[in-house]
Amino acid sequence: MTSEQQYIELYNEASEVIKAKSCPVMNAVRDEAFATFRSKGFPTKKVERYKYTDVPSAFAPNYGISLSPITVKASPYIYNIKEAPIDVTPYYNNVADKEDAITALNTALVHDALLIYVPKNERVEAPIVVDNWLRGNAATMMNRRMLAILEQGAEATVIINDHAADKQQFLTTQVMEIVCHDNSRLDIYEIEETTPLCSHFSNVYIREGRDCSVKHNNITLFNGMTRNLCDVYLTGENAEITLNGCAIGSGNQHIDNNTLIHHQVPNCHSTELYKYVVDDNSVGAFAGKILVDKDAQHTTSQETNANLCASSNARMFTQPMLEIYADDVKCAHGSTVGVMDETALFYMRQRGISEDEARTLLKNAFMGQVIDQIKYEPLRQKLYVKVEKRFRGELDKCEDCRLCK
Amino acid sequence: MLEIKNLHATVGGKEILKGVNLTIKDGEIHALMGTNGAGKSTLGNVIVGNPAYEVTEGCITFNEQNLLEMKTEERARAGIFLSFQQPTEIPGVSMTNFMRAAVNARREYLGKEPLKSTDFLKIMREKRKLVEIDQKLMNRSVNEGFSGGERKRNEIFQMAMLEPTFCILDETDSGLDVDALRIVAEGFNKLRTPETSAIVITHYQRLLDYITPDFVHVLIDGRIVKTGDASLAQKIEDNGFDWIKEELA
Amino acid sequence: MSESNEFVKKVAEKKYEFGFTTDVQTEIIDKGLNEDVIRLISKKKDEPEWLLQFRLDAYNYWLTQKQPTWGHVHLPEIDYQEISYYADPTVGKDKGPKTVDDIDPELMKTFDKLGIPLEERLALSGTAVDAVMDSVSVKTTFKEKLSEKGIIFCSISEAVREYPDLVRQYLGSVVPPKDNYFAALNSAVFSDGSFVYIPKNTRCPMELSTYFRINARNTGQFERTLIVCDAGSYVSYLEGCTAPMRDEKQLHAAIVEIVVMDNSEVKYSTVQNWYPGDAEGRGGVLNLVTKRGDLRGANSKLSWTQVETGSAITWKYPSCVLRGDNSQAEFYSVAVTNNHQEADTGTKMIHIGKNTRSTIISKGISAGMSQNSYRGLVRVAKSADGARNYSSCDSLLLGSECGAHTFPYMDIHNNTATVEHEATTSKINEEQLLYCNQRGISTEEAVGLIVNGYAKDVINKLPMEFAVEAQKLLSVSLEGTVG
Repeated sequence: MTSEQQYIELYNEASEVIKAKSCPVMNAVRDEAFATFRSKGFPTKKVERYKYTDVPSAFAPNYGISLSPITVKASPYIYNIKEAPIDVTPYYNNVADKEDAITALNTALVHDALLIYVPKNERVEAPIVVDNWLRGNAATMMNRRMLAILEQGAEATVIINDHAADKQQFLTTQVMEIVCHDNSRLDIYEIEETTPLCSHFSNVYIREGRDCSVKHNNITLFNGMTRNLCDVYLTGENAEITLNGCAIGSGNQHIDNNTLIHHQVPNCHSTELYKYVVDDNSVGAFAGKILVDKDAQHTTSQETNANLCASSNARMFTQPMLEIYADDVKCAHGSTVGVMDETALFYMRQRGISEDEARTLLKNAFMGQVIDQIKYEPLRQKLYVKVEKRFRGELDKCEDCRLCK
Repeated sequence: MLEIKNLHATVGGKEILKGVNLTIKDGEIHALMGTNGAGKSTLGNVIVGNPAYEVTEGCITFNEQNLLEMKTEERARAGIFLSFQQPTEIPGVSMTNFMRAAVNARREYLGKEPLKSTDFLKIMREKRKLVEIDQKLMNRSVNEGFSGGERKRNEIFQMAMLEPTFCILDETDSGLDVDALRIVAEGFNKLRTPETSAIVITHYQRLLDYITPDFVHVLIDGRIVKTGDASLAQKIEDNGFDWIKEELA
Repeated sequence: MSESNEFVKKVAEKKYEFGFTTDVQTEIIDKGLNEDVIRLISKKKDEPEWLLQFRLDAYNYWLTQKQPTWGHVHLPEIDYQEISYYADPTVGKDKGPKTVDDIDPELMKTFDKLGIPLEERLALSGTAVDAVMDSVSVKTTFKEKLSEKGIIFCSISEAVREYPDLVRQYLGSVVPPKDNYFAALNSAVFSDGSFVYIPKNTRCPMELSTYFRINARNTGQFERTLIVCDAGSYVSYLEGCTAPMRDEKQLHAAIVEIVVMDNSEVKYSTVQNWYPGDAEGRGGVLNLVTKRGDLRGANSKLSWTQVETGSAITWKYPSCVLRGDNSQAEFYSVAVTNNHQEADTGTKMIHIGKNTRSTIISKGISAGMSQNSYRGLVRVAKSADGARNYSSCDSLLLGSECGAHTFPYMDIHNNTATVEHEATTSKINEEQLLYCNQRGISTEEAVGLIVNGYAKDVINKLPMEFAVEAQKLLSVSLEGTVG
């Protein structure tokens, strides 16, 4: 039986149950998404954007599907999609790439969704926090869906924490659609701190209008197998996007980040900084494409990917890409895979600092350059501490879990 | 304190030190002079255990310990300090964190408790004044964006923090203007105890005007070919090295 | 805009100065590809049985494969039955010409016109030439002089006859017939090309050069080059190519294999100027080439330098397998595309040996409606302790209708490796243009100057005569692109 088969059967058996638990806006696109998934199947490594992650194997085990509803605490700007204050039909599944098999599978199976909605010109000071807890006493599949809409001139900070509360196999698919209308600002942080038993497939789609500024930060502190896709469409002039990523791998962890920044109109600016430290037998992969359309003149773009291989069995794959059809642009990318600065190591040891400690300080400094970019001060301070703990091997479970045993 | 016997060392397969013998007693200052490429910096690096240099023959003992069997950091904790000719930048590692790690490692070796944060910062403040180094530099990463003079001052500042018993000043005077030279040299003198010994590597007399050596050695082609008192340095300043080479020939 | 397009068109039509055809009696076998054709080619070349079998095995593998679709090019579905796989302009002579007098004067004129004199007395100082037109080597110069040193430089057909053991030992050992679709096709039907063998501890006293020319209509060119540089030796090899202007696409699927042994060094330089097609994208050569060097020996060195200005479609990745410890590889490339040209070119550096080093410098220049892509792979195997790679890929855009793309892949399986890649894409610097204009230099000339300056790092790696030719070519290929 192919990996797809069990999901096809699942849908055939359970789609009515899922629909009953869901809502019209989600059900409206469900069958079509399922048809897409059934015809495409899971992408193999021959599919360019999935060449570093074995998707069929990740989906092969028999997972029970979780259909528990999302709980939304009384908190402004966050809604269950069923209680959406606006009509979300124009947005739901219209920002995402419908042809992506994992997005299609998520759209078919997901029963509930979260909405973040910030009305026109509203500036939200306190961060909007979403905590995802993986719970279950058997191998469980979770399908998560989120929609974030910022109206004109709105501003917000969103923090999404991923935790695994139980030592159990979890498979997550997540599709997040983010729409930023003209002149809005969004800082979004995704922090994964789960267990080696977790497989995580996240597809994030961001559409920006004129004069928008979005910063997306993806921090993989502890995980099992993670595949993050982030596609950004710059559709209004003078829009800005910053994509930052921090990935720390040890043990047999696998971290694959795949990004696309699509400059569709002139005068937009994109910056990307992804850093990896891979230790033990872990595998890191980064592929980032900057696509500049013919009309997107005066695009500026800088993409940086820097990686440290810290053990002889760790592997790093990197693929920074520029695809440019406009002539008046300034685009650059740089990618390095390197060893630690021997001179700096020696300097520190000459001052009496042990080699292990010196290496930890250097790894920490290396990652610090990504954490430095985090604007929200309390989170930045917290992450400095967490990253350091991670490198000292003191962060081997999701430590914020009050639920963790 | 330090005894070097028949020391041979190579870097990248090339032999630089070809049999160096040197004995340094407690409290002595030894100046090391010589032409470029003679092996002066190599000697400093070999003493502190730079892994880029390989010792092929000979031995070094430091207070009766076999130095060559000790790791770089163990030598440092035992009290050996090298003021680097070109101190490296370490982006992302703050001066404060770096210094705290180093000071506490040294204290542990000496059987002392790690410093409390407030005490540590207080000591940082005091020692900083000694070499007139700006607080702003302490908030930066190690040596990052420091001028040449600031880096040299930072080296002496770290010496003040770590209180070593044996120092190697590797061309600490190079790149310093007259005022900076005076600050650095006076800083060093203030830090000296009657037991502190040092090797001062320099091309010029001007540093030795502040730090008076007990002995002056001339290193040529990997060997110490001449040893004298402070007046030898002045003679080299006036006449260069050719006359020594002629004596040898 | 339309005005400058008009101008571009004129320039493109006018400036391909090698677009003439040669009227020479040519024997062309019937179109189509099947086992009989392969047997016929093999028979015409009087080949031994093992080589026929090599071809047939490759052919049978090829039949099971599909034409690749990857790469940032629009490769048309090629009708392999509409191509003739063998064309011999030296027909009537037994087993290739022996002396200059035996060569058809028309052929001599052709190579003279291309600036490739086949008479040794007229030759550029210190360059030996193997001239290949269509499927057959026309003439190899300075053979005797080279043989004094034990150096073998001849056509591959001759090598099969004269040095079968050497050819059998190395042929297909770097690029196996099953390597890829076009490699399989070439292995089945390859016609002529050059063979070089440098014996141990020998420095080749002159540049070796092969000049390839497609002339006949509806023929494909499938040349095969094999260079073996034995221990402690050195050779510099140059390759040049042109083709006449024809309305239909011409297929060129070549293989170059290089073996570099202990302490030896090979430099391979290419100035590729196949017919690029006209301004509307009609005609032009489909340049689908597999080039690879195997640095088998410790301390071996291989450097690829290429200036790519021609062809409608270029699909080529001169690669290096750094097997020997301390081996060093370099790839220097300038690729210029104009009008409707499409180039997807770069390199692969496969680090296997310890302390191996590779450098990649790629300069892409796109103009007109062309697409120019760099595609490269740097792989550091687990065994390659201390490996280092530096890659720098710059793209320059001239005009708003073209595209410039960079697709580097880095697969690092060793924690002592240092790999650095950087790339930039930008338009031509307007301040520089203005500065030149202010000094009275026309915009066109200024573009030529600036582009040559931009490509200088690569051009400087070429042997002198080639460098001069390449510089001229760069300016010519780009004339009329800035209006």
